[in-house]
Amino acid sequence: MNTHGLSGAVVRPLHGVLLAFPIALFTFALFTDIAYLKTSEIQWTNFSAWLIAGALVFGGAAGVFSIIDFVFGRSRRALIHLVALALAWVLGLVNAFKHSQDAWSSVGAFGLILSILCTILVLVAGWTAYAARESVQ
Amino acid sequence: MNKNLLAASAATLAMALTVASCGNASDPKLNQTGAAPDLPKVNETLVPAMKISPPASWNGETPTVPAGFTVSAFATDLKIPRQMLVLPNGDVLVAEGRGGHAPPLRPKDVIAGVIKKQGNTKIKGGNRITLLRDANNDGIPELRTVLVENLDAPYGLAYVDGFLYVAEQGALIRFAFQPGQTGIATPAERVTELPSRINHHWTKSLTASADGSKLYVGTGSNSNIGERGMAVEEERATVWEIDRITGARRTIATGIRNPTALAIEPTTSLLWSVVNERDELGPQLVPDYLTQVKDGAFYGWPYSYWGQNRDPRVMPQNPEMVAKAIRPDYALGSHVAALGLDFARNGGFGGSFANGAFIGMHGSWNRQDPSGYKVVWVPFNAGRPAGQPVDFATGFLKDGKARGRPVGVAFDGNKRVLFVADDLSNTVWRIAPAR
Repeated sequence: MNTHGLSGAVVRPLHGVLLAFPIALFTFALFTDIAYLKTSEIQWTNFSAWLIAGALVFGGAAGVFSIIDFVFGRSRRALIHLVALALAWVLGLVNAFKHSQDAWSSVGAFGLILSILCTILVLVAGWTAYAARESVQ
Repeated sequence: MNKNLLAASAATLAMALTVASCGNASDPKLNQTGAAPDLPKVNETLVPAMKISPPASWNGETPTVPAGFTVSAFATDLKIPRQMLVLPNGDVLVAEGRGGHAPPLRPKDVIAGVIKKQGNTKIKGGNRITLLRDANNDGIPELRTVLVENLDAPYGLAYVDGFLYVAEQGALIRFAFQPGQTGIATPAERVTELPSRINHHWTKSLTASADGSKLYVGTGSNSNIGERGMAVEEERATVWEIDRITGARRTIATGIRNPTALAIEPTTSLLWSVVNERDELGPQLVPDYLTQVKDGAFYGWPYSYWGQNRDPRVMPQNPEMVAKAIRPDYALGSHVAALGLDFARNGGFGGSFANGAFIGMHGSWNRQDPSGYKVVWVPFNAGRPAGQPVDFATGFLKDGKARGRPVGVAFDGNKRVLFVADDLSNTVWRIAPAR
């Protein structure tokens, strides 16, 4: 199945745009988590909660494209990308529940670890996706 | 390589979901009532237990009361009845409404709000006070009328010396009023403003001292345990003493998370309160309580619970305040949501219901096995609780569905009648000795 024409015009750019959100949002959630743990200022953990929620929404949408990519491409890169994004999403979901706890429990050591893992995984997902794009051209 | 990756990710996924859905069950062997309740270890879960008992109709049935008593619907089709007041002439006032304007701060607030709504009435709050008169005491009011309307979430009520005091969600107001009056035409007079920013816990409880010189107002915290920041907690989780003549106020108790009903114990004239404690520490933490409100006392919130048990979620921690925290007098059970308190007066119902307190329990949401959803009797002796609580009105929960949720309770010492407000079926129940 050749979807290269459509893929080049809409699917790939859309995948890229959607993927940009979890990359930025998970990363910023890590920063706001650190800010909360450093200052105990509640607003930082509120920011984290929304950033993670946003990362899940856009990351989920991006993941649909990632699955299609893998199914049609069957490349090792597409698989690494998909697995990294899926793990980031699942850990992000756990982190969203963690961030629904109150005050210090909304982050704590476990929330920080999850945020670090989500950030690393989503960066890997982004790297592999965008590197794949370069190699196509 | 590919297979390993897939297997690893599947394993992580399964682990993550197990952790996320991990719940915990109650231990029925724990005694969570009385002066020395058993307190289990803190048990926070990623997904808080949310067990909403869906509403169901009474279908002509009534709550269950002890042998020798009769129960009937005194008034129905109210608009969210909360607290009540029996006037000296026997008229019953019912405050109706719903307050609070806390904006959702996190995704959690949006989701939890939708879930909790399932367990509440769909009726819009009346923002009014209804008067019910049953002068011949046959259990059927001859007169039902709206005494005053266009109020702002009225809750606590008190009558002293020609004035009806109403604790709205943002102010203590009063009306010139004489028992017997069936309408109020004069405008309200503001006695004092009450803390109303956000109003996470919006109810303002109210009672008057035995001599009528002081008014007491209970204000709940603006959060579960400070997760909206401590800046919005100024003068929250407090009981104020307000001079009835001058309006001057003094904070007599702090750290008292949500003092939802205040009442004067008749033999000692001391002030007592039922208080709702914090959530999300497990199904059996923290017990709601009944306590004498001691002047100058700090009851722990948010830093500690049931005396000096530290809450790990509050940062920065405050060991000095924890050291000051005193234990409440009497635990009522975890998550029961005690909202009503009134003492038996004038010999009460006699027998084992002569001296003590009636307590309305709205019922739990933060545990899998529901608690509360009933009215209990706590026997008193020499002005202090003496013995375990006794169920007085039950059957609000049937087959996992809530037919009613008790709020305020009011005892009429002259007619020997207990009124129970039910804000789910929008009913006032009347319980009296069977003739």
